[in-house]
Amino acid sequence: MSVPHTLLGLLEVRARHGYDLKRAYDAHFGQDRPLKPGQVYATLGRLERDGFVVVRGTGREGGPDRTTYAVTAEGVTDLDRWFAEPEGPAAYLQPVLFAKVVLALQSGRDAVQVLDAQRAEHLVTMRDLTARKSGADLDRVLGLDFALFHLEADLRWLEHTAARLERLAAEVAS
Amino acid sequence: MTEPLLTARDLHLSFGESSALSGASIDVAPGEVLALLGPSGSGKSTLLHCLAGILVPDRGEVRYRGSRLDSLSDDLRSELRRGDFGFVFQFGSLVPELTAVENVALPLRLSGHKRRTAEARALEWLERLEVADVARKRAGEMSGGQGQRVAVARALVAGPRVVFADEPTGALDSLNGELVMDLLIGAAREQGASIVLVTHEPRIAAYADREVVIRDGALAATVTA
Repeated sequence: MSVPHTLLGLLEVRARHGYDLKRAYDAHFGQDRPLKPGQVYATLGRLERDGFVVVRGTGREGGPDRTTYAVTAEGVTDLDRWFAEPEGPAAYLQPVLFAKVVLALQSGRDAVQVLDAQRAEHLVTMRDLTARKSGADLDRVLGLDFALFHLEADLRWLEHTAARLERLAAEVAS
Repeated sequence: MTEPLLTARDLHLSFGESSALSGASIDVAPGEVLALLGPSGSGKSTLLHCLAGILVPDRGEVRYRGSRLDSLSDDLRSELRRGDFGFVFQFGSLVPELTAVENVALPLRLSGHKRRTAEARALEWLERLEVADVARKRAGEMSGGQGQRVAVARALVAGPRVVFADEPTGALDSLNGELVMDLLIGAAREQGASIVLVTHEPRIAAYADREVVIRDGALAATVTA
């Protein structure tokens, strides 16, 4: 899971202060592993240092002072790259793909394109693994099968998500 | 660049109010294994049936070795399917009243070969696909995996230039599915035949040289190495 890109994606949808950002992250992506407040501010600090976010202002709404952060043009460029680049097929990929799809929908990007790029990346890897099975010893074949079944599970999730994008888009927009 | 063996251009086909193909175009190269992937109802099987001359599109054209396929008469298309194409389907590929060897010999018998010659060649193919032991059994007396291997033998026995396989492993467990694919791909490559493979299983699509994703009756994405 790329916490910096996910926070950056949420900031692209609208400028937020740290607590609001944590709340949005936890609601969409952190049901099982909510962000610690310190992690939010440390990440915001790094994003600001790298020029991807700026402080928009400081305000008080009946509580402590709150600093509002907004994404910069460099931040949007970095997000463009993140959305466009499929993830290397690896274990436990689902959370980052889910974040990409939800944020693509929230920011008005093409979520179908994100899924298509990822499918292509997975299929190329699966083709390579399948070719390597030919003539290999059984223990090697079983190891390659292990990887193939996991990649297939990712792809099934991708197809399932692609088939439900309209409904997800409606829910994300509401 | 090699001339494509099969081409489809801007195919449209509707069944009543329902549109199955809406502008599908594709090329299949000689010897290429092409997988058509897509969700149920996306049009991938319809596209395969148009490429094979089983269905005729409402609009667009299909060419096989440079000549129009979609405008041939039913008889000429049937002749072409018998001589140049082989077929494997998910279910019902075999004639239930015939034994395995008779099923495999059928394309040769229909092309005018004598029973003895046809069945001798059929038996060779059954041996090659490791199902010679069920040669005298009928479809209902074989397991699903054996039945599909017999169907693969029948698809290849006449030396087709293209094999059309529509969910050939859809009714099989993963191990039998893999065995059928290994045998189908291995034998087709040896003969230099192209394969057009419809599947919803990514592990099966991974046997192909190229995967094409069909969505809403048209090509949505192509995956090459």
